[in-house]
Amino acid sequence: MSHLLREHAPITEATWQLIDDEARDRLTPALAARKLVDFGGPHGWEYSATNLGRATAVAGAPADGVAALQRRVLPVVELRAPFALSRAELSDADRGAQDVDLAALDEAAHRLASAENRAVFHGFEAAGITGIAQASLHDAVALGDDCATYPRHVARAVEALLRAGIAGPYGLALGPEPYTRVLETSEHGGYPLLDHLRKIIGGPLVWAPGVSGAVVVSQRGGDFLLEVGEDLSTGYTSHDANVVQLYLVESLTFRVATAEAAVALSP
Amino acid sequence: MGFDQYHEPADELPAETRTFARLCASLTEEAEAIDWYEQRMAVEGDREARAIMRDAQGEEFKHFCMDLEFLLRRTPLWREIAEGILFQEGDIVERGEEAEEEAVEGAAARGGPFVGGTSLGIGSLKGSAS
Repeated sequence: MSHLLREHAPITEATWQLIDDEARDRLTPALAARKLVDFGGPHGWEYSATNLGRATAVAGAPADGVAALQRRVLPVVELRAPFALSRAELSDADRGAQDVDLAALDEAAHRLASAENRAVFHGFEAAGITGIAQASLHDAVALGDDCATYPRHVARAVEALLRAGIAGPYGLALGPEPYTRVLETSEHGGYPLLDHLRKIIGGPLVWAPGVSGAVVVSQRGGDFLLEVGEDLSTGYTSHDANVVQLYLVESLTFRVATAEAAVALSP
Repeated sequence: MGFDQYHEPADELPAETRTFARLCASLTEEAEAIDWYEQRMAVEGDREARAIMRDAQGEEFKHFCMDLEFLLRRTPLWREIAEGILFQEGDIVERGEEAEEEAVEGAAARGGPFVGGTSLGIGSLKGSAS
């Protein structure tokens, strides 16, 4: 039996399929970090820590003339987003309903994707994760609200990376507000701003819920590593006559290997 | 040179499946290279030349194993069956039958969306955005 306890849920195989398909469809567009950083794993639910390859001296070894070093690791953090679905709705799904209300699942998927993005780009201090924007050795560039200046700001970020010897292509994670502004904007001659920004970075431009402002990141590989134990999964908690309590879960660590390989654009 | 590893329209395949296909193609190529060196060494009379080929074949062993490990990590059911067969003693066919039966039954009991896995199978999305 898996730790997700799915077989204990009052949910048919076909409806589990529906729930999983919906979760996948909602998560995938929002998982910006996975589109821009290296991915390790999945290593499974039992995976508890990532080796940092470093050690710290420990005082007071058990015997004289013996030195002690303790290995340093980055413990995995479990991210869990609970949601509740109506059993009546799930029964209707079994009857073939095409308009099943899965809004609570959709919201949970957005929350979890935002949390993953936030941890990767802005860190999660209590879990020992330093985000890309925090770790960056470059001064943050102010993005502001004026879309017309975005190409200039992104070009400055690219220039800073080039000066640091970080070759392209680069990716751009845009928070929801600047992303919407970019989508709405055409430059002189009707050229979409989105395409202009893509040309500057030479790599992907992604919608990144959970990100404040934007971040330009190297795409050459080896600079940022998202290490996943259990990959995104749906699990079961409990149920009563009316509602079944489920959750989305994943376990992960994240670390920055090259702090100069990204530039934050603050909102 | 075409893109022979794809048997469905490439633009309809998710990035994850395209990566899987590339690694499957690499695995095949490494196995072929191992075989080529084996045959060449079998007929080569020069000791020094054979030593170079043996060294080169070692590289191919390494490449094959890395490709295989990647594919097994991304395919939990395959990994589970492999664990029941690889580096085990006894009759290979029997081990294979048992490993397959246990893994498939276990996956069905878990009720995972992908046979053999309990996750949504999203994994890396690098290369999927434009």
